[in-house]
Amino acid sequence: MQLVLEKRTERSVLIAVASPLVAIVLTLVTMSILVAILGKNPITALNVYFIEPLTDPYTLGEIIVKATPLVMIAIGLSLCYLANVWNIGAEGQFIMGAVCGSYLAVVTNGTDAGPWVLPAMLVMGTLGGIIWALIPALCRVRFGANEILTSLMLVYVADLVMDYLVRGPWRDPKGMNFPTTASFDPVATIPTLFDGSRVHAGSIIALIVVILATVMLGRTIKGFEIRVVGAAPRAARFAGFRSDRLVLFTFAISGGLAGLAGIIEVAGPVGVLQPGISPGYGFTAIIVAFLGRLNPVGILIAGLFLALTFIGGEGAQISMKIPLDLTKVFQGILLFYVLACDSMILHRIRLIATPKKAVQGTVDGTA
Amino acid sequence: MSNPLPGISQSTRAPLLQAVGIGKSYGSFPANDSIDLDLYAGEIHALLGENGAGKSTLVKMIYGLIQPTEGELRFEGRTMVLSGPADARSRGIAMVFQHFSLFDNLTVAENVALGLDGSETFAAMSSRLAQVSRDYGLPLDPRREVWRLSVGERQRIEIVRALMQNPKLLILDEPTAVLTPQEADQLFVVLERLRSEGRAILYISHKLDEVKRLCDTATILRAGRKVSTCNPRAETAASMARMMVGADIGEVKAGAGRATTVQRLSINNLSMTPDDPHGVHLKNVTIEVKGGEILGIAGVAGNGQDELFAALSGERLAPHAANIIIDGHAAGHLSVTERRRLGAAFVPEERLGHGTAPRMKLSENALLTGHAASHMVHRGFVDRPATLASVDKTTQTFDVRKDKRDPEAASLSGGNLQKFIVGREILREPGVLIVSQPTWGVDAGAAAVIRQALLDLSGRGSAVLVISQDLDELTEIADRIAVMFHGALSPPVAAAQANRETLGLLMGGASPEKATPETMTQTAAQEGSHAVGA
Amino acid sequence: MGLLEAIILSVIAASTPLLLAAAGELVVERSGVLNLGVEGMMIMGAACGFAGAYLTGSTFIGALCGIAAGAALSVVFAVLTLGLAVNQVAAGLALTILGVGLSGLIGAGFVGQRIVPAPHLFIPVLTDLPLVGHILFGQDGFVYFSIVLVVAIAWFMYRTRAGLILRAIGDNHTSAHALGYPVLKIRWLAVLFGGGCAGLGGAYLPLAYTPFFIPGMTAGRGWIALALVVFSSWRPGRLVAGAYLFGAVSILQLHAQALGLGIPSQLMTSLPYLATVIVLVLISRTRGAAGSVAPASLGTVFVPDR
Repeated sequence: MQLVLEKRTERSVLIAVASPLVAIVLTLVTMSILVAILGKNPITALNVYFIEPLTDPYTLGEIIVKATPLVMIAIGLSLCYLANVWNIGAEGQFIMGAVCGSYLAVVTNGTDAGPWVLPAMLVMGTLGGIIWALIPALCRVRFGANEILTSLMLVYVADLVMDYLVRGPWRDPKGMNFPTTASFDPVATIPTLFDGSRVHAGSIIALIVVILATVMLGRTIKGFEIRVVGAAPRAARFAGFRSDRLVLFTFAISGGLAGLAGIIEVAGPVGVLQPGISPGYGFTAIIVAFLGRLNPVGILIAGLFLALTFIGGEGAQISMKIPLDLTKVFQGILLFYVLACDSMILHRIRLIATPKKAVQGTVDGTA
Repeated sequence: MSNPLPGISQSTRAPLLQAVGIGKSYGSFPANDSIDLDLYAGEIHALLGENGAGKSTLVKMIYGLIQPTEGELRFEGRTMVLSGPADARSRGIAMVFQHFSLFDNLTVAENVALGLDGSETFAAMSSRLAQVSRDYGLPLDPRREVWRLSVGERQRIEIVRALMQNPKLLILDEPTAVLTPQEADQLFVVLERLRSEGRAILYISHKLDEVKRLCDTATILRAGRKVSTCNPRAETAASMARMMVGADIGEVKAGAGRATTVQRLSINNLSMTPDDPHGVHLKNVTIEVKGGEILGIAGVAGNGQDELFAALSGERLAPHAANIIIDGHAAGHLSVTERRRLGAAFVPEERLGHGTAPRMKLSENALLTGHAASHMVHRGFVDRPATLASVDKTTQTFDVRKDKRDPEAASLSGGNLQKFIVGREILREPGVLIVSQPTWGVDAGAAAVIRQALLDLSGRGSAVLVISQDLDELTEIADRIAVMFHGALSPPVAAAQANRETLGLLMGGASPEKATPETMTQTAAQEGSHAVGA
Repeated sequence: MGLLEAIILSVIAASTPLLLAAAGELVVERSGVLNLGVEGMMIMGAACGFAGAYLTGSTFIGALCGIAAGAALSVVFAVLTLGLAVNQVAAGLALTILGVGLSGLIGAGFVGQRIVPAPHLFIPVLTDLPLVGHILFGQDGFVYFSIVLVVAIAWFMYRTRAGLILRAIGDNHTSAHALGYPVLKIRWLAVLFGGGCAGLGGAYLPLAYTPFFIPGMTAGRGWIALALVVFSSWRPGRLVAGAYLFGAVSILQLHAQALGLGIPSQLMTSLPYLATVIVLVLISRTRGAAGSVAPASLGTVFVPDR
């Protein structure tokens, strides 16, 4: 007997709904085993990871703060992945958005610039992300260079650009030689929504992005175009959709959203430009996009869930001395299970008998 | 050549291969249902049936590619359970696939080596390859890469590879579908020789004339079951067709009042370099199609038909706007969408992945081409009820069978999906319709519906251009037929005056003046790679 | 030892991990599978390789641990893409994310520790030869192994029947299946081989290049190895040239920084990454006319009918 994979004739709606949930359960089981191997109590760990952050208003707010960039980036990435365009350099686009937006904050620092600064920063940040994303997009469209590798390489470059700026021209003169800009002025800072919480107006922007993406994907011809180009490129060309333009479009949208998320992050919760503004949001957003099944509402839920793992991971590090890397392992394993479960929407696993070799040509027929 | 299989002669009337109640089910669906088959050495046995009747499933079991779920196979009197194709080959069963099992970027010799068990050195194999191909009159250059070869030459690789195994049983799956009539004749000479050498041949086809001419026995399948085993020479083509289809097939009729009036589509001196390095250059293609007429383009696959279709549909733009004129508009530089708005419609050869997005619903596939010209999109927003209504209308008008209102395209059978695709375009009442292989791999009932729809459309004054490899289809529905060879198009001839032989020679690359039967041998000698004497 | 000799030696050292990882990936891609998880497998190889060497005191056992770690991680990839027909790009990304996380977890206890780096060959007389002595006869075992590996791969692919079958599967898996070749089984082996090579390439870093482990020490080398396979047009000979070219770029930027030319160090550090982008563009552009030379079924999912 052996296990084999078979194509389904029609996608399974039941499994499409159940798949992310099954993936999460499988991940939790695997994690419990890992935690036990590390010599800690899995039940306590699960409680610290997933329950405690939900019981305290401050950490609830922190979940929303962390989910904001994840959701915005993942929405952009989901458009790319639906179109079979592989932007994996969102981390770099996030950083360049933060850098470009911060330029205004740095030059207006300490001046009496008006309230135009923040909106202009958001625009600059978005443009920064778009431009950084268009580099790999143009390399693919014009020269056929693989966008996976080029977009990823530019992450390292973006990191170094920021590093140069905050150690060089933009360094805060009063900052004791730390690699950081001066704290942003209030006109360059995103207002918080509630007292005693870091939840800020950027989260509202993220919600608007979710709604717009839902409408675009579900209702408009552009959304249809994105899905067809990804699902059946030749049929898309036959439909009159230009895939090279769509590569530029999806890269621009995802780069713009990542850049916007970047400037919102530094102008909001962080308040300065400095190395380490992102704990890998651009990469975690890839997991968010897949866990959310490349669907905007799914991404919203998945973004909140992965934000929870960041907060829970910090809690577990403090209270249980569990290494922070376990959070990354958790995220990697989750993506693994999500992809595996998603495969069951299009395939089924069956047990079949292997032919019995013993019979082969040894038994006489009765003819 | 002496009989390579001593001890086997036609007088030994024990079957070489026996299938006893053999069946194969996928889940609850029986692709084959208790089929019995006796196959004798020294006979050519036809396996007849419509698409989806289960012919491929049966031969895949005999070749060890899939395992039967019921019944058993007996080979030379012994029960045979195959662990895979290598096992089948070692017993003397060889197969020539319809969609060739070749590797485009490897050489001919490497391709042949991959089909053998590897027990001899590459050098020994190469010299044997040269000998077998010379013996049977199937010349091949072992160092050429496969993508450089014509379809006929590719089939030759498959056949030589099979013969090098010195098989007792040779299975051929629709071998003549891709050949010119002359190439098919050459193939028959080889097959008759193999029969005289005492080998058994299982010959899958749905071309009944061919079967009557070549085969000693015919087993007919319908819907996964055996209908009958008969002597094809004692049957008529019509009686066998009835057994295959299970009913009489109506003849298609041209509508009344098919006046050829205005010129609606013209292609002028169209020359194009392909994107794909494996593609074909279009050379100075010139033709016009009038309203009310069906123009057929015949030719062996891979002679530029795909490139011509892409140029006409706008998937690739022509060098000059005036290369393609649609209803008086220079369209060579227009996009697919703009051409559709001029009233053109297109049906590509490949149903899944080109004509439709396989994993999308029919309503979305209606939108695929409908977004250009129909009222399915308002200010960028999709009118979903309109797309569903379009599916319903196509379903009714063209009798598309499906188990729910809006299933995924991939879940439909080939015939029903083709009716949907053709119907989707025809319901838009296009002034110009360009359709490639309209009934390729489609059951007889659906084929009749589609051909009738094309005739009716032209009867309403539209220009229809049909690209097809099926000469019977073209002679049935086309008014004029032109032949494509190596990217060039012959001048059209009236279908009423076109005879198979002339068209076949054109398909093999003879120049139009020489395409008469008398010059056949001469042409064959000149065009060594395309029509070779055995 | 002159400056030139020192530079050449350091170029060879910087190139070897790239060559090892890229050689494995070349075999994987020739079988028609695109495993983007090289970075993850390399960093796991680095962490486990260091752990093995530190705990046993043996570079050789460390190298074996690196190979085992890379291969183990590639099993995850094979289960996803070959067993469950998951999109290979997504699965490769999952592998990298998982590998980076796991290596941090495993390597955490070893950060700050040092080991004795892999010994270099020393042959009296030969190694003492001027100029070429150290370059040809004074390398560590990894360097020689990487060259032998590439030669062996070239021989395997173009001179053996198994290599022909591998290339055939990469060209057209449907045909290969129809002829009865076990497409998935052969791809499994190729993926495992690629994982082992990536693990060894990663292990080279803490075992020979720098005698300690730091998280994220592969610093994108896995991705550069992927770019190298594209650069090589899937041919082993050109892979060696490419790896040494990239090694040279990364070493020259170090020397340029040491000279203190007043160029921002960040710009110099980014050179290998920028060079990768530029090389990809140039290669893709020149190939545009000749068409793609990638294995035809690269990256496509295969589910056999049964």
